Amino acid sequence: MTDSPSQRVHVPAIEMRGVTKRYPGVVANDQIDLDVRPGEIHALLGENGAGKSTLMNILYGLATPDEGEILIDGTPVTIHSPSDAIDRGISMVHQHFMLVPVLSVAENILLGDEPMANPVFLDRKDAHDRIRKLGAQFGFEVDPDAKVGSLSVGWQQRVEILKALYRSASVLVLDEPTAVLTPQETREIFAVLRQLTAELGTSIIFISHKLYEVLEIADRITVIRRGKVVGSRIPSETDEEDLAELMVGRDVQLTVDRGESTPGEVVLTADSLRIADDRGREVVHGVSFEVRAGEIFGIAGVAGNGQDELVEAIMGLRRKVAGRVTLGGRDVSSASPRELHGRGVGFVPADRHRYGLILSFPITDNIVLNDYHRAPYSHGLVRDDDAVRTRTQECVTEFDVRTPSITVDAGTLSGGNQQKVVVARELGRDPKLLVLDQPTRGLDVGSIEFIHRETIERRTAGTAVLLISAELDEILELSDRIGVMYRGEIVAVVDARKADKEEIGLLMATGGKVSPDATKNMAAELDQAS
Amino acid sequence: MTGERDAPEAAARPRRGIIARALPLTLVPIVAILGALVVAAVIIILSSLVQGSLDLMLPLEAYANLVEGAFGSVRGLTFTLLSATPLILGGMAVGLGFKAGLFNIGAQGQFLMGALGAAGVGASMAGASPFVAVPAAIVAGALFGAAWGFIPGALKAWTGAHEVVTTIMLNFIAGIFIGYLITGPLEAAGFSFSRTGPVGNAALPTLFGTDIHLGVVLAVALVPAVWWLLWRSTLGFEIRTVGANPDAARYAGMHPAFLTILTMSLCGLLAGLAGAGQILGISGFMTASYGTSIGFDAISVALLGRAHPVGILLAALLFGAMRAGSGLMQIKAGIPVEIIDVIQATILLFLAADIVVRRLLRIRAPGSEPTELQTVTRTYGSGTPT
Repeated sequence: MTDSPSQRVHVPAIEMRGVTKRYPGVVANDQIDLDVRPGEIHALLGENGAGKSTLMNILYGLATPDEGEILIDGTPVTIHSPSDAIDRGISMVHQHFMLVPVLSVAENILLGDEPMANPVFLDRKDAHDRIRKLGAQFGFEVDPDAKVGSLSVGWQQRVEILKALYRSASVLVLDEPTAVLTPQETREIFAVLRQLTAELGTSIIFISHKLYEVLEIADRITVIRRGKVVGSRIPSETDEEDLAELMVGRDVQLTVDRGESTPGEVVLTADSLRIADDRGREVVHGVSFEVRAGEIFGIAGVAGNGQDELVEAIMGLRRKVAGRVTLGGRDVSSASPRELHGRGVGFVPADRHRYGLILSFPITDNIVLNDYHRAPYSHGLVRDDDAVRTRTQECVTEFDVRTPSITVDAGTLSGGNQQKVVVARELGRDPKLLVLDQPTRGLDVGSIEFIHRETIERRTAGTAVLLISAELDEILELSDRIGVMYRGEIVAVVDARKADKEEIGLLMATGGKVSPDATKNMAAELDQAS
Repeated sequence: MTGERDAPEAAARPRRGIIARALPLTLVPIVAILGALVVAAVIIILSSLVQGSLDLMLPLEAYANLVEGAFGSVRGLTFTLLSATPLILGGMAVGLGFKAGLFNIGAQGQFLMGALGAAGVGASMAGASPFVAVPAAIVAGALFGAAWGFIPGALKAWTGAHEVVTTIMLNFIAGIFIGYLITGPLEAAGFSFSRTGPVGNAALPTLFGTDIHLGVVLAVALVPAVWWLLWRSTLGFEIRTVGANPDAARYAGMHPAFLTILTMSLCGLLAGLAGAGQILGISGFMTASYGTSIGFDAISVALLGRAHPVGILLAALLFGAMRAGSGLMQIKAGIPVEIIDVIQATILLFLAADIVVRRLLRIRAPGSEPTELQTVTRTYGSGTPT
C-alpha cells in the first residue's frame, strides 16, 4: 500500500491496535482496536467494568499494555506517563474533576506547566490573557481569578476543558462528562465540543454509558463489552435498543414499567425544615413535603442545592436548625440513625464509599453494617458469624451480587456490585420507608435496570420511597410525584405523569424565577450568587 | 478515580487457609526484618574495618551469639520473655488504637502512670495478704493507665484535639508528675535516692522456679482476649468500623465519639498493665526518674506486628529476644548492644517505606496494604468524630 497524499488525510489521530491488558485473573482489554479520526467525536460505550477506563488509562500513560501498539498520527509511540501523553497532545477530563477548589481558575489551568516570567515568579499576565481569549473563542468567558470552588459543576467542567485547550490538546478524552450536568448544561457542553472539532480539528473520545447522549453527539460509536470490541456503529444507522443490546449482550428493558401507584397513608412528613451545612450556612430554607405509602416521591435538582443536607438531616446524620420530621405520625426530628433504622427506614446513601460501605471489610460485615448488634447476628457482645454468613448468602443470591465469595472485601467488587450490596442491605429488610439518594450514580445499564425494578416492586408492595437524584431521567422514570429543589427550597411539586422534562430541567436550573430565554445567562447568574 | 470502577474484579479471591491469608500481610514485615539485619551486618563489617581487620564473618558470629543469648539457656529464654512482656502489652495498646484509627503515641505516659499506680498501691499494701495486694496493685496500674488514655480520648471526642498532640504532651506531664510525687508525697524514707517503698506482698508471684512472673502469663493471655474483642465481639466490630470509616460508622448507628474515648481508655489500660507488670514483677519499686523507652518501642512493635495481636506477640518476642541476646553478643563478638537499636530503627524505616518496599518487590497481593500506616500519616486534626 502506498501512502498517497489523499490517503494521508485519513490517517487516524489516534490508533490503538490489538491492545491487551491483563490483570491477575482477568483480561481487562482483549485485542482492542480503536481508531479516532482527526476532528471526530468518537464515543466509547460500555458498561462499568467493560474496560473503557483501562483503555483510556493506557492511552493516557497510567497503565502499560501487555500487548498491542498505539499510533499517533500514524507514528507508533510508547506513552510512559500522563505528562508524556500531555506532551503528545492528549488531554483527559476525568469524571471526578482533577481541580483544586481553593486555587483560582488560572492557577488550576497552569498547574503542572507553569509559565515563568523569571526563575522565581509566575508569568500571570500572559497566562490570564490567553485563558480569557480561549474562553471568549468558545463562548465561556470565565474570570481567571475566580476560585474554582465557587463555580458551579458545569463551569468547573469548562475549566477542565479550558485546561486541555490551553495545553493545545489535539485529542481530548472525556470520561462521562455529563454525569453531573443538567440537560441544559449538557446541551451547552455539546455545543462547545462540536465547536472544538469544527474549528480546531480536535479529536474527542467521549466515554459514556448514556445511550441517547452518545447517539446525539458522536460521529462514530465503538462498543466494548468484557474487554472486547463488540461492534462499531454510526448514529444514523442504529438506535438505543441496538446499542443497549450490544453493550449488555442481551435484551434490556430500558424503561421499567412503573405501573399505577396506589398511595396509602402518609409515612414521612418534613415540615419547614431548615438545615445548615458544615460551615454553618443555612442551605435548606424551610422545606416541607410528605411521602405516602406506595408512592415514590422524587426530588430533582442539580447537585449541591441542599439535597445532601436534607437527606442527612432526615436520616439523623445532621442537626436541623428548625422544623419537624415525622414518621408514621411519630416525631422523629431528633431520632438517631439507629432509631430510624429500628423503625423500618432503609437508606441508600449517595456516596457509597463514604457512608454506605466499609471497603476494607468483607461483604459479610457490610451486609450487617447496621444490624450487627441485633439477633440473630449477635447475642449480647458476641457476634454470630454463621448467622451473618447465612444472611449474606441470601442477599448475594437475591440481589445478584457478582462476587467470587461472600468473604472478599467490598472494595474488590465493581461499582455496580458494591451498590447492590448496599441496596440488598437496605431493601432486603422490607422497610416501611426507603430513602434512596442517587441510588444508581455511576452504575451500568444492567445494574440500573435491576435497582429500578427492585424499587418499583417495593413501592407497589406498599413501601414509601423518597428518591433523590441529580439524574433527571431517573426521577422522571421512577417517581409518582416530583419535587424540584433549587437553592435549598422545593420550588415546585408536579405530578410525574404530567411532567415535562424541559420544564423540570428549567426549574432545576433557575428555580423558575427567570424567563426561559434567560437560561443562557443562568450559569453566569449562578456564579454571581456563589 | 476512573480506574476504580474498571478494576479487575477477579483480583478478588475467595478466603483461603489462614497461612495464605496471613502471607500478604506478613511479607513486608519479614522483608523489613531481613533488610534491617543486612543493614546492621554492613555496619558491623564496617566497624571491624575501623578496628583494623576486615571480618566478613563477624555479622554471622554476632547474630549467632544473639540467638544463643536469647534462646540458648533457661536464663536467656527467661530474659527474652521478661523483655517481651511489656512490649506485648504496650504493642497492643498502640495496635488497638490503630484499629480504631487512632495513633496512640501516649503508650509511654500510660505505661508510666500504670507503673506509678502499681507502685503506690503496692507500697501501701506491702504488708497485706498477697491475695489482696497483688490484684489491687494490678488493678490500680490498669486504672491509672486507663485514666491516662481516657484524657486524650475525651479531648478528641469533645473538642477534636488530635490524639498525637495530646498524647505526646501527656507523656511529658506523666513524667513530671511522677517526678514530683516520688520526690515528694510518695517518697519512701531511708533510701539514698528518691523512690517509692517496696511493694512487698504485692510483688507478682514467679512461676516454675524461674524469674517468670504472673505478668508474663497475663500478657500472653491478653493476646487472644484482644483478638476476640476485635474480631468476635460487636464492640470490636464497632471499633474497627470507626477506624476504617467514621462516617459509615455514624450511618450505621454507632457512636464514634464514645468509641474513641472507650478505645483510648482500653489502650491506656493495656499500657498501664505493662507498667504495673514491670514494677510488681521486676523492680519492686519506682524511682523518680524512671527511665524507659518501652512506650516508644511499643509503636515499632505494633507497626511490625501489623496491629494484629498475634503479629504484635511475635514482634514483641523478636524485640525481647534481641534485648536478651545482645549481652552475650557484646561479650563474645565485641559488638556493642547499641546495634540492637540500629536494627530496630532500620526495621521501622523499612516499614514506613512500605510503598517503596512493595513496589521493589512487586507485591500486589490484595488486602496487604497496611491501614495502620494511614492512621500514622493521616493529616492531623482531620478526623474529628462527632
